[in-house]
Amino acid sequence: MYSTKYVKAKDIDDAATIMASAEDGKFLAGGMTLIPTLKQRLANPDCLVDLSACGLSAINDDGSSIRIGAMTRHVDVAESALVQKAIPAIADLAGHIGDRQVRNHGTIGGSLANNDPAACYPAALLALGGTVHTQNRSITAEDYFDGMFETTLEEGEIIREVSLPKPEKAAYVKFPNPASRYAMVGVFVAKFADGVRVAVTGAGEDGVFRASDLEAALDANFSADAIADGTVSADGLMSDIHASAEYRAHLIGEMTRRAVKACG
Amino acid sequence: MPEGTVNQGIGASVRRKEDKRFLIGKGNYTDDINRAGQLHVYFLRSPVAFADIVSINKQKAEKASGVAAILTGEDVAADGLGGPICGWVPTNKDGSAPSEPPHPILANGRVRYVGDHVAAVFAETLDQAMSAAELIDVTYSEMPAITDLKTAIDSTQIHDGMENNTYFDWELGDEAATNDAFDKAATIVNVDIRNNRVIPNAMEPRAAVADYNTGDGRYTLFTTSQNPQLTRLVIGAFMLNIPESKFRVVAPDVGGGFGSKIYVYPEEAVCVWASKKLGRAVKWTADRTQAFLGDAHGRDHISEVKLALDKNNRITGLRVDTLANLGAYLSAFAMVTPTYLHGTLLSGVYDIPAIYTNVKGICTNTVNVDAYRGAGRPEATYLLERTMDVAAKQVGMDPAEFRRLNFIPKDAFPYQTAVALQYDVGDYEPLLDRAMAMIDYANFESRRAKSAKNGKCRGIGISTYIEACGIAPSAVVGALGGRVGLYESAVVRVDPTGTISVLTGTHSHGQGHDTTFAQIVCDKLGVGIETVEIVHGDSDRTPFGMGTYGSRSLAVGGTAISKALDKVIAKGKIIAAHMLEAADADIEFKDGKFTVMGTDREKSFGEIALSAYVPHNFPHDRLEPGLEETSFYDPLNFTYPSGTHIAEVEIDPATGVVELVDWVCCDDFGNLINPMVVEGQVHGGIAQGVGQALYEEAAYNDNGQLLSASYMDYCMPRADHFPSLKVENLVTACTHNDLGVKGCGEAGAIASPPAVINAVVDALSPLGVTDITMPATPQKVWQAIQAAQTKAAE
Amino acid sequence: MQTITMKVNGVSTSCDVPDNTLLVSFLRETMGLTGTHIGCDTSQCGACVVHVNGKSTKSCTILAAQLEGAEVTTIEGIANGDELHPMQQAFHENHGLQCGFCTPGMVMSAIELVEKNKNLSEREIREGLEGNICRCTGYHNIVKSVQDAAGKMGG
Repeated sequence: MYSTKYVKAKDIDDAATIMASAEDGKFLAGGMTLIPTLKQRLANPDCLVDLSACGLSAINDDGSSIRIGAMTRHVDVAESALVQKAIPAIADLAGHIGDRQVRNHGTIGGSLANNDPAACYPAALLALGGTVHTQNRSITAEDYFDGMFETTLEEGEIIREVSLPKPEKAAYVKFPNPASRYAMVGVFVAKFADGVRVAVTGAGEDGVFRASDLEAALDANFSADAIADGTVSADGLMSDIHASAEYRAHLIGEMTRRAVKACG
Repeated sequence: MPEGTVNQGIGASVRRKEDKRFLIGKGNYTDDINRAGQLHVYFLRSPVAFADIVSINKQKAEKASGVAAILTGEDVAADGLGGPICGWVPTNKDGSAPSEPPHPILANGRVRYVGDHVAAVFAETLDQAMSAAELIDVTYSEMPAITDLKTAIDSTQIHDGMENNTYFDWELGDEAATNDAFDKAATIVNVDIRNNRVIPNAMEPRAAVADYNTGDGRYTLFTTSQNPQLTRLVIGAFMLNIPESKFRVVAPDVGGGFGSKIYVYPEEAVCVWASKKLGRAVKWTADRTQAFLGDAHGRDHISEVKLALDKNNRITGLRVDTLANLGAYLSAFAMVTPTYLHGTLLSGVYDIPAIYTNVKGICTNTVNVDAYRGAGRPEATYLLERTMDVAAKQVGMDPAEFRRLNFIPKDAFPYQTAVALQYDVGDYEPLLDRAMAMIDYANFESRRAKSAKNGKCRGIGISTYIEACGIAPSAVVGALGGRVGLYESAVVRVDPTGTISVLTGTHSHGQGHDTTFAQIVCDKLGVGIETVEIVHGDSDRTPFGMGTYGSRSLAVGGTAISKALDKVIAKGKIIAAHMLEAADADIEFKDGKFTVMGTDREKSFGEIALSAYVPHNFPHDRLEPGLEETSFYDPLNFTYPSGTHIAEVEIDPATGVVELVDWVCCDDFGNLINPMVVEGQVHGGIAQGVGQALYEEAAYNDNGQLLSASYMDYCMPRADHFPSLKVENLVTACTHNDLGVKGCGEAGAIASPPAVINAVVDALSPLGVTDITMPATPQKVWQAIQAAQTKAAE
Repeated sequence: MQTITMKVNGVSTSCDVPDNTLLVSFLRETMGLTGTHIGCDTSQCGACVVHVNGKSTKSCTILAAQLEGAEVTTIEGIANGDELHPMQQAFHENHGLQCGFCTPGMVMSAIELVEKNKNLSEREIREGLEGNICRCTGYHNIVKSVQDAAGKMGG
């Protein structure tokens, strides 16, 4: 790892101030992606601003949605009675990210800020039509993701919390990459009174995306049978040693069927 | 055994003596060792697969913070250093010698694989060395990478002077008789086999710490080795010209080897060399990426297999033509693995009158390939056991019954195969019968039907294997091109107070020798296990031995211990006779006591030991003081473990995911010293074989880049990949060693891949799938189903 | 440099280390606690697992500086004098280790797994160990060890 300077911010304003004074700083949330990146010398920040003391780890229910603090660990989301009751699919998703050591430290804010194309949370945010709240503003999911590892967060902008609307039904089904166990295809299906939203992670060349063909099919008939083979096109999907675009396209259909079934 | 004592001898599942230090964090691995004032070395590796090095500019890097020195291939050449050598060299079929191109420890003018060592950067800290390496400016003139086995022969020469990129072209067996068998065959079975390339991945990455003492002129190397004595010999005599007596090599606790830590690699030699050149101790520890790019890989064969059957479905002939990818350079056992450890196993457990095989060892721009758990024998077993299933299907027989029909009958031993080996003993049918009973083979179809109701495809796969292990004897090894002997050594040192140290030339890196070897001592001397210490891994302490691989440690090393113990007992009898004023011949040794036969006059083992070192009235004309004996044991033959493994899988055709739902095996390892340890070895072997069959693949792209160079892309088997494994044993004792043992370390890895793939193909056969290559990943299974369905629709 | 004060295996310690020091380096190099191992560089093998404030943690994926004031427990800190922790004892009794390299991380992960749920099924144990890779045992005896220890730890 290159040498760097570590600072633990006292609160969100402090974090922003420290970051502003750094040349090429990085916010450190759970560190589950950032630290391995640093270890492999793939990044060389002059300053790491640790957000763990900024008090961003509350989980609240505000009626129509739940709000999860950015620094809430995956384990705490998974074990939260509030989340389990309000949107069980989110507790389930959080309980299957990485391995238990990752879940003990990784955070929802870190995951969303990093926007790894194979991460799970982006699919949840997009499918639920959630909102990312920073110290400055609120960004809807539609406006938030900006391609692989890219978001519309501006320099120095810190995620404070995430609000996720409660659906009628929702489920997330992941087909893990056999080696890394990141999502090779992850499908989040959410049924709201005004329609079905389907978000896919792990598969898109531009990161997480909404699958409009699947949404249309499920809007017409919210049933696994509504997803015919070939509904999902391989265009724009990733291809690697583990899965061709065609196989990913197939898996998206299959995982969607399973998610719909899991919705009950 | 004295009454009332716990059995700690042969056959008891004694809990391991070595466990405690590992369980409380007091193991002592190479990376745990530090020397005062040590430098850290980082190796700058080639980012390209095949290129001439136009220039290396290290000026900027040399000035970087903390840098002590940067050495390159020019320095290696200037100092006249040698490279790693090949320890076993077969002869080409035309009688000529194979090619052994040089392997400079730092690349000299040309790089031949991604990961080849370009420069060694020495600095005060590893981070400083890594930072400096980034400042080295290397200009490469790239050539197209050669990675494909089939086209490598017609490609640019990777090494000057080696034609067709072929290290050797070797044959074994009677080609004319085999051709004749095919001419007369009622059925001919053709199978194309690919044995995928895998990466050993011992959990401890390789490491080395080297130190040179200017006072006494001695070097010390701590290294992650399965055979420190050979490391000393090769580095000392062939690479750095260090007298062996001035060179101590220690392999302390080693975190798994699986073959990958047999060989001498450039890194450890560089550390030793630099420790004197730079006047500082030098430490190197690989990270996992370097392990992927630098450790010898395993397997990587393509074979064409032809089997001839008569009208009764008895096998009459077998022909195997194999291309073996050996990578860019040769390491110690690279050439013997696909030849004498592969071709000689092609008879399997079957009575095959005519066999012919041709193997070509091919050079490519990839990491070197060498022995990996099983070494040649898994490749032979895989192709043979897949072929048995294909043949059974072709002639409409149950795969178990087809095998049974062709087994070598139990009254045929000793059995001379058509490929040089003579099996001393075995009985294969009971192993098959027991395994079939364990898995309830008879009722498999009802389980298949039940799975089908749930939309799943269930399959069952058999593998009836043999292996040749306990690798030795020297005479055979020598006749087949081995440059070393393959005996083993032991010293049994009895201390004055009766405690015992056993110094062995083998090395334990997970096998449990501290316990199992001690059990042999307990059994023979009737002492408690707490009085026995096993010493291994330090060239200053142990006799010269050949190390641990090829499931040889017990069959060869254990027998050496047994023979040294016999000598201790024999001398003890002479001491006892002297003390008891009896004739030597009248002393018997039993239950830890020397007794004058037919009397109650006796001396305990402890009394004899003390007397040996307090020899106040020894008759020195016929009795020396001391109680310490050495044995070098060179066996008469290989040993031949065998067994049946059966896998049951369930496949989700919607995703292609293969789930292993049941595993049974019944093995014959001869006598067992510690059944618990044996079971553990089998479990681990199975897991590695299952890994190869379902998950693991070293994938290179056309540019010679290793695409699976981390655990992000190389799928290691994990706990949730396995069901509970059911392991049993039957025994036919080895006929030619004192302990009647055969060895068990590699069996699981040899037996398991074909069992898995046979099960997968069986599961998919109702869908029209007839073959699948390893690893049977979800994508590959799904694609095979799609292809079969498309074909069926046409 | 950072001055780090933390409690390691119950003993308070204070050291100056560079900001970029990983916890695993702090433990192995600064504290001399070499029982915690490094088996990969992508945070997957689990040989480095320790407990941080009671939570199993890959010590290769966290900076020492992040742990100011934390309580860290390593494989060296779980036995009670000469008496092994029930998980250590179970690994010994059930031959849950061979080369020993993955063992410290495996034991530390397994302890947290059992402490959180004493009535684990075999499947839950297998899934619960997904962050730890072993190359020697085929996991069979590791799973048996964890089952055995779960019973002794009050399951």
